[in-house]
Amino acid sequence: MNRNRSAVWGGLGVFAVLVALAFVSSSYHLFQLTMLVVYAVAVLGMVVLTGYNGQISLGQGAFFAIGSYVTAILMANYNWPYWATVPVAAAASALMGFLIGFPALRLGGLYLALTTFALAVAVPQVLKVDALSGLTGGVQGLTMDKAEAPFHLPLTGDQWIYLFTLIVGGLMFLLAWNLTRGRIGRAMMAVREQSTAAEAMGINLAGLKTRTFAVSAMLTGVAGALSSIAVQFVAPDSFNFFLSITLFVGLVVGGVDSIPGALFGGAFVEFLPNIANEISKAAPGAIYGAILIAFMFVMPRGVGGLLSRLARRARKPAVAAE
Amino acid sequence: MNRADAPLLSVRDVVMRFGGVVALNSVSFDVTGGQICGLIGPNGSGKTTLFNCISGIYRSTAGEITFDGTRLTGAKRHRMAGLGIGRTFQNVALFRALSVRENILVGAHHLGHTGFIANALRLPAVRAEAEAAATPLAELLELLDLTAMAEESAGALPFPIQKRVELARALIGRPKLLLLDEPAGGLNHAEVDALAELLQRIRGPYQLTILLVEHHMSLVMRVSEKVVALEFGRKIADGTPDEVRRDPEVIRAYLGETEAEAHHAGAA
Repeated sequence: MNRNRSAVWGGLGVFAVLVALAFVSSSYHLFQLTMLVVYAVAVLGMVVLTGYNGQISLGQGAFFAIGSYVTAILMANYNWPYWATVPVAAAASALMGFLIGFPALRLGGLYLALTTFALAVAVPQVLKVDALSGLTGGVQGLTMDKAEAPFHLPLTGDQWIYLFTLIVGGLMFLLAWNLTRGRIGRAMMAVREQSTAAEAMGINLAGLKTRTFAVSAMLTGVAGALSSIAVQFVAPDSFNFFLSITLFVGLVVGGVDSIPGALFGGAFVEFLPNIANEISKAAPGAIYGAILIAFMFVMPRGVGGLLSRLARRARKPAVAAE
Repeated sequence: MNRADAPLLSVRDVVMRFGGVVALNSVSFDVTGGQICGLIGPNGSGKTTLFNCISGIYRSTAGEITFDGTRLTGAKRHRMAGLGIGRTFQNVALFRALSVRENILVGAHHLGHTGFIANALRLPAVRAEAEAAATPLAELLELLDLTAMAEESAGALPFPIQKRVELARALIGRPKLLLLDEPAGGLNHAEVDALAELLQRIRGPYQLTILLVEHHMSLVMRVSEKVVALEFGRKIADGTPDEVRRDPEVIRAYLGETEAEAHHAGAA
């Protein structure tokens, strides 16, 4: 109980700091922070799937793309307000996750990895198909209007987009936190740890895994929707297979089973390519790889693993005093 | 609850074939409500196969298993808990990374109803469910002497303690029938004594019927009211521990084998 309360306070603290950054950052940094939150939410979807339920998706970029395109299509072609597109993007990606997960999860872990891989490879090409280009804009993609602050709030567009992303992202973290802390979260972990025993406890394996996959797809899809709102442009090649792998890296670096770790995963995804580029313009890929390997040596369970180790150490005296 | 004469678990002519091998050959027996029934037999006699047929891991080739008026043959595995069948596993199947408390709470999964949306939104029903589980959880932690390690990872605990966690996990689901797969396996003499005492202590308050598969003869003979003996997939005896102990077939199959082993006489 107590542990949960301190985690909630910690979360609120981080949220407050992130909100405060809206008022002290340049618009370039605001964009970077926005994308950090976007990637954090995308990684969060993988934490729920991989960290809690033990399923591996190599194609999370596909759900990111679906969320992005739903928002882009509704905004560019149908003049929807940006905020109204987010729930639709969430529902569409959840549905897609459910449909993909339904057959794949019954076959077992590696098949899911393969199916999602196939999806990630296929999606950019489907988006380019001529027959759909009336909707998707084909190779050219779609351009949208930039969101503005509502109610005449004295905020620039960039500040508002960042704050909007932060509010929706914070909500997603809250939902994921709640979900993983009750009956369903325990069932997810039980299935990951020992599926035969989980089944004997009355957990419907296929049902639980499919729903978890849908949740994961939804979270990553919401991230995609938020990225469309921030970038105001979508094109098929932004969603190539490399995006899925980058998100996977963010998952591992943040810590597969850590919800706060997803924030660090998002930061890693957003900032590491830039940092690598600054260190060496000639071979950023090599620097990226080296940093990644060094990271895994120093924090084998990711940033989240380090955080929970520190939290346990801080709690030890309290437990002894009881 | 049950009329004394109506069996809670009824196994009728159960046959299990794996390819050409007949692992169970038309086995029948009943377990009455409130009974502790021991299932014994030498290695390879089919007792684990029979156990797996009852718990739904295997689907028997022929025959029928009914529990509390419901056919178990063909029932989905995740429905067993809801029907009132709890179990433990031969080599302990805990959720190792989860705490003792969380492990036990998973045992109450089938008693809950809240889904993904209710949990994500932390609706009042979710909190009510958590509160409803708190009392039985505390009772079981106390009963099985696990309170001090409630927050430890289950996988890090010594084996005998893990066995108690598994028992608590099964009991919180309020099973009518508890299936124990070699509960004494891996325990020393004193721990087996403690287990026998524990089973006697919990059966009343938890209104349990217990079916236990066990190698450990003295445990079975001590706690069971009824013993079923198997050999090569056939039932060779069925009765009170005294009857079964004196049964010539059982002496030949079971004790004869250990005697032969003791004398290193080699296979017959």
